[in-house]
Amino acid sequence: MKSDALNISIKDITKTYGEFFALKDVSLEVKSGEFLTLLGPSGSGKTTLLMVLAGFTRPDYGSVKFGTEEVVLKPPHLRDIGMVFQNYALFPHMNVEQNVGYPQKLRGVSKEKIKETVDEALKTVKLDGLGHRGVAELSGGQRQRVALARAIVFQPKILLMDEPLSALDKKLREEMQIELRQLHDSLNMTTVYVTHDQKEALTMSDRIAVINDGRLMQLDTPSAIYKKPNNAFIADFIGESSLLSVKVSKKNVYLGNTKILVEHSVKKDGDFLLVVRPEKLFLISDNLTDCNTFTGNVVESIYQGESQLLMIKLDPDSHGDQILRMRIPNGTASLQELPSIGNKITVGLKKSDSFLVE
Amino acid sequence: MGIWNSSVSETQIKFKNRLWLYIIAMIILFLLIVPSLVVIPMSFSDSQYLEFPPESYSTRWYENYFYSIDWLQATWTSVKVGVLTIFLATPLGIMAAYGLVNSNAKIRSILFPIMISPMMVPVILVAIGLFYFYVQFNMVNSILGLVLGHSLIAMPLVLIIVLSALSNYDMNQEKVARSLGASRLRAFFEITLPQIKFSIVSASLISFLTSFDEVIISLFVSGGDNSTITRSMFLALRDQIDPTIAAISTILIIISSVFLILTQTFGSPKD
Amino acid sequence: MTSTQRINQEGINKTELDQLDRKERYTLFGLTVPYLALVFGLIIIPIGWLFYMSFIGRDETLSLENYQRIWNSKAYLRIFKTTFQISLLTTLFCVLFGYPLTYFMSQLSNRWANICMIGVLIPFWTSLLVRTYAWLVLLQKKGLINTLAVDWGLWAEPIKFVHNTSGTLIGMVHIMLPFLILPLYANMRTIDKDCLKAAANLGATPTRAFWTVFFPLSLPGLFAGLLIVFVLCLGFYVTPALLGGGKVIMVAMKISDNIELYYSWGAASALGVVLLGVTMIILFIASKLVSIDQLGNRS
Repeated sequence: MKSDALNISIKDITKTYGEFFALKDVSLEVKSGEFLTLLGPSGSGKTTLLMVLAGFTRPDYGSVKFGTEEVVLKPPHLRDIGMVFQNYALFPHMNVEQNVGYPQKLRGVSKEKIKETVDEALKTVKLDGLGHRGVAELSGGQRQRVALARAIVFQPKILLMDEPLSALDKKLREEMQIELRQLHDSLNMTTVYVTHDQKEALTMSDRIAVINDGRLMQLDTPSAIYKKPNNAFIADFIGESSLLSVKVSKKNVYLGNTKILVEHSVKKDGDFLLVVRPEKLFLISDNLTDCNTFTGNVVESIYQGESQLLMIKLDPDSHGDQILRMRIPNGTASLQELPSIGNKITVGLKKSDSFLVE
Repeated sequence: MGIWNSSVSETQIKFKNRLWLYIIAMIILFLLIVPSLVVIPMSFSDSQYLEFPPESYSTRWYENYFYSIDWLQATWTSVKVGVLTIFLATPLGIMAAYGLVNSNAKIRSILFPIMISPMMVPVILVAIGLFYFYVQFNMVNSILGLVLGHSLIAMPLVLIIVLSALSNYDMNQEKVARSLGASRLRAFFEITLPQIKFSIVSASLISFLTSFDEVIISLFVSGGDNSTITRSMFLALRDQIDPTIAAISTILIIISSVFLILTQTFGSPKD
Repeated sequence: MTSTQRINQEGINKTELDQLDRKERYTLFGLTVPYLALVFGLIIIPIGWLFYMSFIGRDETLSLENYQRIWNSKAYLRIFKTTFQISLLTTLFCVLFGYPLTYFMSQLSNRWANICMIGVLIPFWTSLLVRTYAWLVLLQKKGLINTLAVDWGLWAEPIKFVHNTSGTLIGMVHIMLPFLILPLYANMRTIDKDCLKAAANLGATPTRAFWTVFFPLSLPGLFAGLLIVFVLCLGFYVTPALLGGGKVIMVAMKISDNIELYYSWGAASALGVVLLGVTMIILFIASKLVSIDQLGNRS
């Protein structure tokens, strides 16, 4: 089941509700055949943007193009997109086969052809043979698959998904993430996926568009977003991080009165935040080159299964009064080495792992 | 078989301690249901007078009813008006409910009180208002006038029933259907309507009963050949007490019960 | 740059999008138009006209004479007094009978509660006229109640219950009871049984738990129910007209008489406006207490 994917160009999309900006001048390009995730906290505008693509929310202005065709003025039913909703929204008065066949029926496809494509779609989502089941007889995961089969049965060029996995339990969700990604690769559709779960976004996407307060904050590959967030919101939202206030003056970075080495220097003077990923910190006894060191007292030590989380209160004289989080994988450090509460410790952070955001 | 909800057993006093509550409740239920049923034996009385229990039995009052052109015509008028009320009140109520559900909260909060105002205004005022209006347009004693009047008081019931059905319905299903290629109208008829059909059946039956039982509007705006059965009954009861009324009442009880059973059977999804 | 400036600058396709938006809104609003047209044409305009008529005196000029007559005439004041008395007493008896029954139903398992609910719904859907007629039969001098009472020696002579206030009251309580029970029951069903458990765990006796926890929580439902009953009673017509036998005259009957017998629209309108005003005030209070769609009307 292959179809030609379409690219999507979104330009200057703005949607207001009274004084409130749900979307503010959002422009982005989804490449043809790409798996793009709209990631953001609830209320960020990510779902609104998806609804604009689907045609259920009309923006105040802006353009949406599928391929070269402008679709922003088109009603949803003429856009030819597959869509999966958060709660699946299967039709309870139809069985699995009728649900999946519905878009084909709408397109006036012949009965035999409907049967054929429905069977194929059910096979694609690994539900072959369940066509005659009622919707109520299905498990959560199976409903999810039916919703998916219904969205792809007519081979749309674009597939939109609104937090489709949020109702599933954690284990099933992780399985489905991989399955959805494989499905995407085999179908060659352009997929736009909405989620608030950063791990899900990092796992599945070709690229991630981080949305906050109705604005596109950053659009990049998962690894780039993780390694080089371009603002404090993303640094905080994606992955774990401690944000330490630092001052920049004449290209030199100061944490309290300690000079900090950073990978990319900033030209501007002023207040910045140093992003410290807890897992990038390591325990050291003497100073190393090309490495920042922080000293402080352990104020909290929390066992979290695979790792131990330490909260370190930095030395107020040299670093300013700030809390640094550090994660030590359990099993790598022997128990004696693990600092306990009240200990004064020194930790290091490589220059290459140190970067600033505004 | 636990008649008391077992989850509250800590505070539930056992059967014996609450015997008085059982007795009071049963007496009140008895007083609610039984008095209306007294008309059934009455209708088979042989006597001119309202004696109870009747001294001898006959079916003469039923014969009276079935041989009376006036009563039969009034019954026919009521049935006709009731059915036409279904066809006016139900679609209008459904359309309004759908429009209301899909408009924003501000419009909804303005329109809803207006829409249920026919339930709020004392019926006597609705009746004299209609009477005045119909006099101007020569619609007194017309079927159309009755249907409009009865639809007016049936529509809020339809509206409330359909609104509550739509509020339990997941509107995303309609959206899904539209994303899959159905126009909004088609999505409504193929996806939404089949799922609220039970409520629509209820609403239709209730529209009929509302019209069929309505007295005051009928009293003012119907008459002559188009007198409803309730109007004729009211006048008969006010002027002299004719045991034919007992026979008609029995028939009305049967009709209401049938409708109530229909509503319970077809008006709610079986599961 | 303010938001509006920005929108105007960027409004490449703003006009088209606005048009589509408006079209959708109008279509949805259009669905409510037939309904609204009926309500406006057949209720709001006629009642507006009644309002106007109430200020037209006998000499066809604007005057307050219709209201003055209500205020000054002993007969009218008596009618209002009767109406309020009957309405208050009916409401009171409905609470006395309805509360225990509803409480009982709320404590039953769903299955039994539904069976009892049918018992409440049957009279609710039985024609008003049939029920009124039934009481006419039961309460008359030779009726079942008098026959049984005299047989059992409860009272020596048959008592006349119909064509007076007591007959009217009995009939109205019977007819109004479901209107009290339905909202009260809906309310009692939502009372969290854990509250009662908690109260019991804290050592409250069942009686105390009822009065300190359950009863206060049921008050919104009770108020809703009794306000509905009171309002319906105020405008009630059929039952007092038949069971009162012309001796119990309530406002609705006077309005009807004014039109049917005297063709006096001014007087009828003024009475109607007063009745409507009182009704609206009470419903306004009720709507502050409960959601508005629980306020049903079937008279």
